[in-house]
Amino acid sequence: MSANQLTLWYLVASVCFILALKGLSAPTSARRGNVLGMAGMALAVVFTVALIWNGRLDLIVLAMLVGGTLGALVARRVQMTQMPELVAAMHSLVGMAAVLIAIGAVNNPAAFGVADPLPRGNKLELFIGTFVGAITFSGSVIAFGKLAGLGKRFRLFSSAPVVFPGQHWLNLALGLAMIGFGTAFFLAADKAWTPFALMTAIAFALGVLIIIPIGGADMPVVISMLNSYSGWAAAGIGFSLNNSMLIIAGSLVGSSGAILSYIMCKAMNRSFISVILGGFGAAEGAAAAGAESKTVRSGSADDAAFLMANAESVIIVPGYGLAVARAQHAVKEMAGKLQAKGVSVKYAVHPVAGRMPGHMNVLLAEAEVPYDQVFEMEDINGEFGTTDVALVLGANDVVNPLAYEKGSAIYGMPILDVVKARSVLVNKRSMAAGYAGLDNPLFYMDKTMMVFGDAKKTVEEIVKALD
Amino acid sequence: MGGTVDPTVINLVVFVLAVFVGYHVIWNVTPALHTPLMSLTNAISSVIIVGAILAAAPAETDFGTVLGVIAVALASVNVAGGFLVTQRMLEMFRKKK
Repeated sequence: MSANQLTLWYLVASVCFILALKGLSAPTSARRGNVLGMAGMALAVVFTVALIWNGRLDLIVLAMLVGGTLGALVARRVQMTQMPELVAAMHSLVGMAAVLIAIGAVNNPAAFGVADPLPRGNKLELFIGTFVGAITFSGSVIAFGKLAGLGKRFRLFSSAPVVFPGQHWLNLALGLAMIGFGTAFFLAADKAWTPFALMTAIAFALGVLIIIPIGGADMPVVISMLNSYSGWAAAGIGFSLNNSMLIIAGSLVGSSGAILSYIMCKAMNRSFISVILGGFGAAEGAAAAGAESKTVRSGSADDAAFLMANAESVIIVPGYGLAVARAQHAVKEMAGKLQAKGVSVKYAVHPVAGRMPGHMNVLLAEAEVPYDQVFEMEDINGEFGTTDVALVLGANDVVNPLAYEKGSAIYGMPILDVVKARSVLVNKRSMAAGYAGLDNPLFYMDKTMMVFGDAKKTVEEIVKALD
Repeated sequence: MGGTVDPTVINLVVFVLAVFVGYHVIWNVTPALHTPLMSLTNAISSVIIVGAILAAAPAETDFGTVLGVIAVALASVNVAGGFLVTQRMLEMFRKKK
């Protein structure tokens, strides 16, 4: 097969990838999109293998089988609450693969159809692809550890920010050193292994250093950002191998991650720079003091059931506390009971309700909540004013009306307008503050009733009371 | 002016256009599917496997080909895992009666 034919097949694969992402614009077309993505991948792999037909096929096929089996097993077994960990782990694999390929390209450019020794332009691109890949790898490993809660065993994985004096200066110095060695690699006439290896090693260290100061609350941004990096790493490798398909696929992924990071930052009212510099969430819970003087009205699950059964409309606001308690199925059952009584039930999802973009939607879908009852913040916020009961389950900061008050730490953060509902039910385990460490005035309002307890138990009690 | 265009320039053209396509396609993705979007983009970025196959291919074994084989295995985890987990999630978004 000629290089021209191969490139044309790569073009077909690239179009498949674009259509795959386009399919995600609606749940009805999404599955077809995913199938197109698989088709594109199959084309790319099959025709690349055809190109190297006379090479070392046995080992390559074996590696594919081993990797593919492992991936398939994980995909089948992973729980939906563990999705952020899985995605972080997969980012790290892309990053590592990029680094390994780059080393291979420095070692033997001819294998990739690139001139030996490498031309300057390819070297520059290789440098970029390698360091982005290395940062993606080690950064994703740290993100994985933080998400999987490995902080107790290994301090670098602590979900609290790891900060030390001179951190930003150290990162800056390392960044400059990395660029310095990269430039030396670029300028050298021969293979120049020493600067290349030093550059790669520094990039691995930098990946760790830039993720450790970022706190658990900012993880949705971090995952999106690493998603973006993994794309740029792939694009960088595509540049150095003169492979348009890799460039296209990498750029699609890179822009996707960048857009998701932007959406997450906006939803948390944080600037991208402040997330990257880290340290947020260090004083968790410290600001919640001074709440004792105010009184809350608390009630039982029976009271909550009575209130909702006699309402015309209920909006359920699920937070991550709900997912931790695995209460999604119980909530679905409760909603069914209410609907049978003629109550209109909707779900309102804040963009950062889960631990990664769109996480809560998946958790609800897993519990077989029909997706047309689940609404995004901007689509449902206007309806709270005409809603009888808003039921807040395990959410806190995203319904905190302090976001409307100038001078508060979360001022300007877009929130769900629960405060406008005629009455509000809040289920929480205790009066502890949320991630932002702020007290929530919503809990002390006259129209609010607190139902304390584990989300799953409480909802199950409500279900019983509804019978 | 004249002569052939450097491959790097062509790469840059492809890159800039692809970023534009990506920007427009991704903004159209419904927020409810942002998690499947992430796992799908993960699978797509593992098309880097074609580079790994090329790195592993030369018949003469050296550390470059060994790293290539490892890269093929790593990327394969993502290819299979990424698409299948996306499929699994999207199955949950079927219309219920």
